[in-house]
Amino acid sequence: MSGAAGLRERAWAAAAEVVDPEIPVLSIADLGVLRDVRVAGDTVEVVITPTYSGCPAMRVIEFEIEAALRAAGIDKLRIATVLSPAWTTDWLSDEGRRKLAEFGIAGAVSRRALFGADAVLCPRCGSAKTERLAEFGSTACKALYRCRACAEPFDYFKCH
Amino acid sequence: MTETPPLFSYTLRLADNALILGHRLSEWIGHAPLLEEELALGNVALDLIGEARALYAYAGTVEGKGRDEDALAYLRDAHDFRNILLVEQPNGDFAVTIIRQFLYSAVMHPFWHALARSSDATLAAIAAKAEKEAAYHLRHASEWLIRLGDGTEESRRRAQAALDELWAYAGEMFESDDVEQALIAPGIAVDPALLRAEWERSVDGVLAQATLARPAAGWIQSGGRSGRHSEHLGHLLAEMQFLQRAYPGATW
Repeated sequence: MSGAAGLRERAWAAAAEVVDPEIPVLSIADLGVLRDVRVAGDTVEVVITPTYSGCPAMRVIEFEIEAALRAAGIDKLRIATVLSPAWTTDWLSDEGRRKLAEFGIAGAVSRRALFGADAVLCPRCGSAKTERLAEFGSTACKALYRCRACAEPFDYFKCH
Repeated sequence: MTETPPLFSYTLRLADNALILGHRLSEWIGHAPLLEEELALGNVALDLIGEARALYAYAGTVEGKGRDEDALAYLRDAHDFRNILLVEQPNGDFAVTIIRQFLYSAVMHPFWHALARSSDATLAAIAAKAEKEAAYHLRHASEWLIRLGDGTEESRRRAQAALDELWAYAGEMFESDDVEQALIAPGIAVDPALLRAEWERSVDGVLAQATLARPAAGWIQSGGRSGRHSEHLGHLLAEMQFLQRAYPGATW
């Protein structure tokens, strides 16, 4: 592959390696923060979207993308931030959800089979007997929960 | 003198509301009653400041005079700010902060929902994001309000006092002038009068659960949207803008 398509693929691969500084097991591709990579002439444009309006990690992510692309030999680049469509937890990849759980963060919705009620499953023991301790957790995108079965506190990636 | 474009004024008002309330909430950092609440108030502040940045950036583009988000936030004086008076009111005790947040979020949640359907694509995009955040802000404030109102004698007394004190500032959220009117017809702005019924429903619902009495309709204190502010805004700006005023153009 050569030309624009090859450049785009190389740029995407480099940008997709960048991890979220708050959740270092997740890449920005897993998170759905990396929206697109476009090539216009010899310039690469990387398109990202914030999880929350005030996400303080965005600046760090932009910096890391630039560093990753330069390391891949791409010097002509710009980074664009888009707000629409608004980020949703639905964009978390399955791989991302699995990595989150391994990291000890419950990944968004889990449907309880009975009564159709939502339950947040403990990422440690899998129990649905969990309770919310605080609406806002260590970052704006997470809430603080506790498992009533194994007593472990954990972060929950907010569903929205 | 050229006329200010209504879209600039409209976007600036929304940005100023978000920034000033965000800054107020940030004043709680290091002083919140418990750690979880410290994080919560800090996170709500971050959401609001994030919304403000997006709105200021757009306002600067619409204005076309080269002012960026920092110039609009840091280099205007109190009389140039267009936020409603409610958001500049001091934090007071925790009940005052929660009631202020509740009254504001209860209107902003339906507001962003409606603005997400704006014919202006940038405002619609900012609104779609802010709507989700406002849902959390409203739930957080509502849960606290219920706990404070239906709590101890002391928390109930303070919650009712805060509600009585701030009630006069709520009416300004539903006022509209030439700026809104010019933008409502082409489907850019939201008619704030249309939000009133939903706001009252959600306020009445939460106040009932909180066993608090809704204050009687009375005097509406307004003026912020045309630059007539309470003395509190100047003090807030003195702190918020200090660095850029003392060391213009400073970065780090």
